[in-house]
Amino acid sequence: MRPDEFTADFPELPGALPIRRGSVDASRFRDGCAQVRHGGGRLVALWGSDERADDAGYALHVALIDSTGMLCLTLPVSAERPAYPDISDLFPAASRMQRAVADLLGLHASGADDQRKWLRHASWPGNVHPLRKDFDGRCAFPAETDGYPFVTVTGDGVHEIPVGPVHAGIIEPGHFRFSIIGDRVLRLEERLGYKHKGIEKRFESMSPEQGAKLAGRVSGDSTVAYAWAYAMAVESIAGITPPDRALWMRALFLERERVANHLGDLGYLGNDVALSFGFAQFWILKEQVLRNNAALFGHRYLMDKIIPGGVTIGLQMPDKRVIIEECSMLERELGVLRSIYEEHAGVQDRFIGTGQVTPALAAQLGLCGLPGRASAQAWDARVQFPCAPYDKLDVQMMTHANGDVAARAALRFDELFESLRLQREILINLIGGDELSKPVKSLPGHAFGVGMIEGWRGEVMVAIHTDALGRLARVHPHDPSWQNWPVLEHAILNNIVPDFPLINKSFNLSYAGQDL
Amino acid sequence: MYQIIRQILKTGIKTEAPPQPDDALRVEAQRLQETILRHVGRALAIRHVDAGSCNGCELEIHALNNAYYNIEGLGIKFVASPRHADMLLVTGPVSRHMEIALRRTYEATPEPRLVVAVGDCGCDGGLFSPVDEQCGSYASCGRIANVIPVDVAVPGCPPTPIMLMQAILTAVTSGGKI
Repeated sequence: MRPDEFTADFPELPGALPIRRGSVDASRFRDGCAQVRHGGGRLVALWGSDERADDAGYALHVALIDSTGMLCLTLPVSAERPAYPDISDLFPAASRMQRAVADLLGLHASGADDQRKWLRHASWPGNVHPLRKDFDGRCAFPAETDGYPFVTVTGDGVHEIPVGPVHAGIIEPGHFRFSIIGDRVLRLEERLGYKHKGIEKRFESMSPEQGAKLAGRVSGDSTVAYAWAYAMAVESIAGITPPDRALWMRALFLERERVANHLGDLGYLGNDVALSFGFAQFWILKEQVLRNNAALFGHRYLMDKIIPGGVTIGLQMPDKRVIIEECSMLERELGVLRSIYEEHAGVQDRFIGTGQVTPALAAQLGLCGLPGRASAQAWDARVQFPCAPYDKLDVQMMTHANGDVAARAALRFDELFESLRLQREILINLIGGDELSKPVKSLPGHAFGVGMIEGWRGEVMVAIHTDALGRLARVHPHDPSWQNWPVLEHAILNNIVPDFPLINKSFNLSYAGQDL
Repeated sequence: MYQIIRQILKTGIKTEAPPQPDDALRVEAQRLQETILRHVGRALAIRHVDAGSCNGCELEIHALNNAYYNIEGLGIKFVASPRHADMLLVTGPVSRHMEIALRRTYEATPEPRLVVAVGDCGCDGGLFSPVDEQCGSYASCGRIANVIPVDVAVPGCPPTPIMLMQAILTAVTSGGKI
């Protein structure tokens, strides 16, 4: 049975993306996942929900994509025996997501190899599950001792370097456990979850408007992508389509976010190989983009500019000139800087072959987003599932096959030039008009909606479930870092410890986005 | 090499004048005497601690090092260990999972260990804590001052690099009492 036959009886959700959703039993759940996997598809997200208010126990949800679109499967899970079949053998990236579901909701993946806790450290007891509806998010527990069994590597001369959670630079907190011989890394094990601040629980008490602000702060560097994905999910549930002008503005914001972040990363990649010239140059360019954002739209990172129903600010026609000039300036400067990076022996010596992820490994582990495309994984939601206005933009996807730091740097240059081209296209299509948003009235009860946006890091997804009264019952924001953090553990193997900061920066994953 | 030198010359000097300190940002009155402040000048070593932010504040802290703000040009630099630091620049809210790490970092910092709390979340817990309860939630301790003493707090989501510089400079200048 092919995936499209399997899903033929599943209804398509209204909204901007081709999404089918259906409820399945445990064996069809495994079948559905296996068919998507064997058809070359991927797991986007896995989350659980508490349905006991409707006498329906719990539910486990997965969002899968293949070339035809997204498939959302819901598996009812009994309240008496809260377990479901493991899918981490099909999708290795599922492992940490399943462990998070066990921590937050108490649903267990039967047969999974790794049953250790993930997002829970010592702040709440193991028999307490914050996303259960009978848990009061305001209560706090006395801290326990935080035991966590790292995998140990034994043998002559092997020793461990523990790093973090407080790192040496201006970096988010996380823990890295290196097992090394000399300078060579035999194993890296990540421990994340330090930034867990109960975002999903907070959504439960929020109105859809308040939720938009919180969604924009799941991972601050991707605020546009999250706000858009959240708005898309709300709009799918409410059955509204934002005005054309708002959609063009959203695409403009998203490409400007991509440009700002890629510029910053290229600067730090130079810095990490002792070319501080690169940091100085790229951060001048980034600052100019941020200042234009502040002058034109009132916020350097464009927070809260996208709301359910539309956007809060447009672009005055005379101000188009500012962006066009900025694009020309960036194209000119990037041309110079790219040739400097490519011809700099020291830079290339550190970049080439460092932190390599082969295409085969990337496909096996489900590497996605920018690092995925640098390892020949040709996925870009703007290309495969172009929601308006990307359906009119013909985004050119670039890929590389080497999967090393050099490939991830080169891809950033490629995507910068493409984003600048897209901004010009957007400006041509962006017409005046008064309407920036449509009102979102109350949401229907027992509804479900999904939004997915290709942010600069990869695909950002937000799923929303409403309760009987149409309030936010469950909001699950998903960062592409969930997929990519485990691959970083492989990218560092056989490299030397001093190259870890460079490899880590070339991925530049979000801690906040996965810790929630 | 020729290309790099040409680009540096073409770029010129971008650095702008730093902002003035702002006493309104003080949470605690200045603890350091005038003479000490004069000796310290602006030779300040900062340890940044992300205690649970959304990473928005970090973007602006990074920007402090760009050529426009050039904070190192003032003698202020970011250091890799709390042992080397005069000041902790802390973003938050403080997640409960970071509470111990933040306390230990504070304890590892030599006196006078100035603390600047950064951003709306650092000041009052922000969106991540239940409204009107500075105590936080099962996962968040709320504002930085709930965990370690704070000298200066700078609001904003995120605060701009100018506001961050103001806050840092306020912490090392003698000023009005509150």
